[in-house]
Amino acid sequence: MPAEVGATPSTSPGKTSRRRSRPPSTSTGLERRRSLTGWTFLIPASLVILLMSFWPMIQAAILSLQTGRGRDLSFADPLWLNYQRMLDDEILKQTLTTTFIYLIIQVPIMLGMALILANLLNDPNLRFKGLWRTAIFLPSAVGLVSYALVFRTMFATDGLVNDIGMALGFLDSPVNWLGQTWSARMVIILGLLWRWTGYNMIFYLAGLQTIERSTLEAAKIDGAGPAKTFWYVTIPQLKPMILLTAIMSTNGTLQLFDESYNLTNGGPGNTSMTISHYLYNVSFRNSPNFGYAAAISYVILILVAILAAAQIKIGDTRD
Amino acid sequence: MTRRLRRLPGYLFLGFAALASVFPLYYMAVSATNTSQDVLASRLIPGSNLMANFESLVTQQPLWSSVWHSTVIAVSTTVLAVVITSIAGYGFEVYHTRAKDRLMGFLLLAVMIPFAATMIPLFRLFADLGMVNSPLAVILPAISTPFLILLFRQASRSFPREIIEAARLDGLKELAIFARIYLPTMRPTFAAAAVITFMTAWNNFLWPKVILISNEYQTLPILLSNIRAGYVTDYGMLMLAVLIASLPAMVIFLILQRSFAEGITGAIK
Repeated sequence: MPAEVGATPSTSPGKTSRRRSRPPSTSTGLERRRSLTGWTFLIPASLVILLMSFWPMIQAAILSLQTGRGRDLSFADPLWLNYQRMLDDEILKQTLTTTFIYLIIQVPIMLGMALILANLLNDPNLRFKGLWRTAIFLPSAVGLVSYALVFRTMFATDGLVNDIGMALGFLDSPVNWLGQTWSARMVIILGLLWRWTGYNMIFYLAGLQTIERSTLEAAKIDGAGPAKTFWYVTIPQLKPMILLTAIMSTNGTLQLFDESYNLTNGGPGNTSMTISHYLYNVSFRNSPNFGYAAAISYVILILVAILAAAQIKIGDTRD
Repeated sequence: MTRRLRRLPGYLFLGFAALASVFPLYYMAVSATNTSQDVLASRLIPGSNLMANFESLVTQQPLWSSVWHSTVIAVSTTVLAVVITSIAGYGFEVYHTRAKDRLMGFLLLAVMIPFAATMIPLFRLFADLGMVNSPLAVILPAISTPFLILLFRQASRSFPREIIEAARLDGLKELAIFARIYLPTMRPTFAAAAVITFMTAWNNFLWPKVILISNEYQTLPILLSNIRAGYVTDYGMLMLAVLIASLPAMVIFLILQRSFAEGITGAIK
């Protein structure tokens, strides 16, 4: 299959926002009418984003200051009651910790593997390039619920992984993978690695297309081996892409829901549950508490913002 | 010879990654043809239970209605999203003014809003509108993303201004320039946007699960999740259901891999 990923002609990197000089706008009547036409073109899409993202976000902020059951809500006294309540919520602390465990273990391994794979695939002399790329990229096409259930089946106590482990002599007796805290977390991490490594690799492959091959040749002539070239020449040039994938992965991990819900169902005893899964339970299980749930959702929002800002800062200063 | 040997670890790593990527999908496909006992006995060759699994799936689960709902939702989302975000991306670039650039910058902030933070107010909004269990409530929040607008804006940047000017001199209306000239030339961008939107909508789970309360209106991912939640799991049937749910996205992927890659990375170039 001729799938030259990311090989489309695109503007070179480095140049920011305005890549094309535009004719100076004269404010004739014609120009103004065209500008008006432009507004009618972009208003529907903009309105949907304002109404379906920004407006609910503001609503959630107000909601997080309210208390009550179901639809019967009033402002809390004190206003920050819901936020105060979080400090004593053991399940919240548990799910937040678990989410960070996933983040800290899975994201670096995944991005590291994606970088190595992309670098291997970028070798002009590599054989069967299309085959490797298609195979490794393929999990990105699989739905999250689907793969979660395949992994659940493979790691069932009487399932495939135990059978193979015992046949090869790694295991003496079947392990209840999904019934123990750390093995359940490990299965989720393995699932995430399987699903997202190829996805991130595609970003790096796209990034590698924009690297001047001459810089790699120059490193080679200067006597740098493949490892040194990779570390000192390739990685620095890929930095914007690494930053982007790190932010996207962090964002995604903080919102993990499908795997927690379908692979382990949060178990055992909520120890593999993510914060978004807990948020879902508080919002829509048993007696819904929208005010408290909105406060939890703001914790996620603030964490996403802080971590993104921190990564941008680190990415900027490491020159 | 030594050069070949030096490449060996690379090939081994690639081979391992490729095998590990494909194996769970092979396991899923093979298990769909086996009985539940055979799946648990780790039978890794195709069996003869495919039709029986299919029989149990259609009798025990609302398979056809789920396929129908998933299709309607994914196709409508894709069509609406591509129409409104393509024209918006074009509008932001071709008729750009300082105010429009500022609006675009503001809309981009929405990328950082986690869905979790909008889920509850969205649920309340659609409940107030009497749209719980309505496919439209699933579709609407998904038809416009800053990412898609950006994808089309970047594409518009490479579209020659001279063509637009020439078309204007020929007396073409602005909308006609977009529909008759821009759209046909930018087909790859439209394909990329359509593929990525369809896959996301087809596989979406959390929001449909929240807003489609009644099982009558469930989509395929919700059906899968409900089979999992049953007391006894028929693994053969479950893997067949997973296979059916995964097939459309995987076929699209294998045919339009390039569009898919372009769709996820396109807006950032």
